[in-house]
Amino acid sequence: MTTLTMAGAINAGLRAAMERDDKVTLMGEDIGKLGGVFRVTDGLHADFGDDRVMDSPLAESGIVGTAIGMAMAGFRPVIEIQFDGFIFPAYNQITTQLAKMHYRSRGDIQLPVVIRVPYAGGIGAIEHHSESPEALFAHTPGLRIVSPANPQDAFDLMQQSIACPDPVMFFEPKARYWDKGEVDTARVAAQLDGATGPANATAEMGKARVARQGSDVTLVAYGPTVRLALQAAEVAAEDGTNVEVIDLRSISPMDSDAVVKSAKRTGRVVITHEASTAFGVGAELSARVTEQAFFHLHAPVLRVGGFSTPYPGATFEHEFLPNIDRVLDAVDRVMKH
Amino acid sequence: MDSTGPLSTDGLVSMLTHEGVPVEHETFSRYVQNLDAEELRQMWRAMTVVRAWDLEATSLQRQGELGLWVQSLGQEGAQIGSGRALRDNDFVFPSYREHGVAHLQGVDLVEVLRIFRGLQHGAWTPAEHNFHLYTLVIGAHSLHATGYAMAKAREQKANPEQEPGAVVAYFGDGATSQGDVNESLIFASVYNAPIVFFCQNNQYAISESVTRQTKVPLADRGRGVGMPTIRVDGNDVIACRAVTEWALDHARSGKGPVFIEALTYRMGAHTTSDDPTRYRDKEEEQYWADRDPIARLDTYLSARGELSDEFREDVAQEAKALGERARSTVKSWKRPPLLDMFKDVYALPHAAVDAERVWFERFQESFDTEEAGR
Repeated sequence: MTTLTMAGAINAGLRAAMERDDKVTLMGEDIGKLGGVFRVTDGLHADFGDDRVMDSPLAESGIVGTAIGMAMAGFRPVIEIQFDGFIFPAYNQITTQLAKMHYRSRGDIQLPVVIRVPYAGGIGAIEHHSESPEALFAHTPGLRIVSPANPQDAFDLMQQSIACPDPVMFFEPKARYWDKGEVDTARVAAQLDGATGPANATAEMGKARVARQGSDVTLVAYGPTVRLALQAAEVAAEDGTNVEVIDLRSISPMDSDAVVKSAKRTGRVVITHEASTAFGVGAELSARVTEQAFFHLHAPVLRVGGFSTPYPGATFEHEFLPNIDRVLDAVDRVMKH
Repeated sequence: MDSTGPLSTDGLVSMLTHEGVPVEHETFSRYVQNLDAEELRQMWRAMTVVRAWDLEATSLQRQGELGLWVQSLGQEGAQIGSGRALRDNDFVFPSYREHGVAHLQGVDLVEVLRIFRGLQHGAWTPAEHNFHLYTLVIGAHSLHATGYAMAKAREQKANPEQEPGAVVAYFGDGATSQGDVNESLIFASVYNAPIVFFCQNNQYAISESVTRQTKVPLADRGRGVGMPTIRVDGNDVIACRAVTEWALDHARSGKGPVFIEALTYRMGAHTTSDDPTRYRDKEEEQYWADRDPIARLDTYLSARGELSDEFREDVAQEAKALGERARSTVKSWKRPPLLDMFKDVYALPHAAVDAERVWFERFQESFDTEEAGR
């Protein structure tokens, strides 16, 4: 066990993957000598050199598009999109090319590309630096989407994503980069060994995690809202409400079975994410819970997310984002039924 | 014609005039000096067969056997000329009109029709032919080609004894307006990638003239990022061969990317859904019909007694056989099993796709059970 920040855990995960396989190559803007604007790739350029840690031209579509070509030639590119709001120049490459190549080639071409995206808000940033676009990609078949909430998951998911033969979008909650946690660095290595490594890793990374056990309400979160959900659960406990917190970890595939199982016990479900509530991940999960656990539910499934506005100026972000009051309000409302 | 605009013929590399008269080029003639009559005949054969097959595919679309067809009519010189310069270690990223190059790379042209019959999106294994799938999003593949070339450069650095290879990205005049093509030029240039950008300026992006894409010759786009650029008569198969030989040599030897603009003409419609009579006139079409790439090589070879009646007959038979095989094969294709729809979305299991496939399979079976019960 070692104590790492989430940024440090991602860095360590990248390093481990690069040491394991010399085809693993990083590319992105400012990821070389600078170590990335969040310093997530700190030290990797010095240790692996220009060919393995490539500073790219300032062109997101170009980064994703050339990563596709490199993957076709046998490389495993891990690319960084500097900020969530800057991913859209690459949206076409991701949705029409990266996501569909395996299908279009009838399985001939695998594209093991990992797209790292520092995302979500809470850091007082200017426009386009706090967004949560994961649902836009979750709606696209062919992509896998994960988002860690703690250093251990960040370390494991990064290596699982790189081992996966499918394209993976790796959403990093930037406000959690400097949270520290214990990391068992040996755990994931065993999974990745041998011919079944990629299949094991891919299966593991699709699983949700029960972050806190409870019996009254199932509170579902991922990425930046997991810590919030745990805090809300502690407060609710003081009022005698026993909240179970599920960290989805993976958005595509989404482990709705884990949520349905919990919902059948608690009968009450609240989902929280930073992305706008409308047409979001919570809407999909709510539909699945309703289909599969309808007669176990005591209350409608509630969602707590961002509003249907563009991400506002930083002065409003505490109220725009799901905060502890809004999450507790939803918990109270499902408990009233 | 405007001497500075996109259709200017100034500086166009030419080795065979449209009357079939050979012209020496001080830089590039040496790259085709070893082409004997047999090699020229083979280029004539490939162009002739591809054109005949193209017309056959058009007929099949008109008969309702294909949903759509995309002709390469008129661009055979640019495609066969550049395609014959390729070697075993080179890799091609086509747009969707490079049937001529597909043919040279050993892709069965009949199989290509599967795409246009709506059976599947890709119809060959790229690694078997060093020929990537057609890409319908204009210009998107130019970045894949560039990334592939960047990877090739790194592999060659690691294994210097290996025979070097390069990449060719084909795209059209319309694609040069896309951000992806411009980003490709930048990436290829700064990473010194072994790639040849082969732009077939066929003068039309569906109905829009190339003058809506650019005010200057398209080759200037390459110059803007500091790579060597060549403008070539795209209907001159020999000149296209020569400049591509040069460009591939340049790229393979580690000197970086090259931009070639082949000025040609889309003699047919954009696709079978298009109607060129709405946007261009007969005089223009006639002007370019007089500059047909096949006719001029025919004139040149015939004048030298190098196209015998037996050879012509042999090529006609090859084209006829291909056409017959296309007709009978296309009509014989059965609809694939419905569950194929769910295959290969991911390389490894994905819960959402798997659950839907299982549901759909049962749903379909429920009809069979009902049928059986009646």
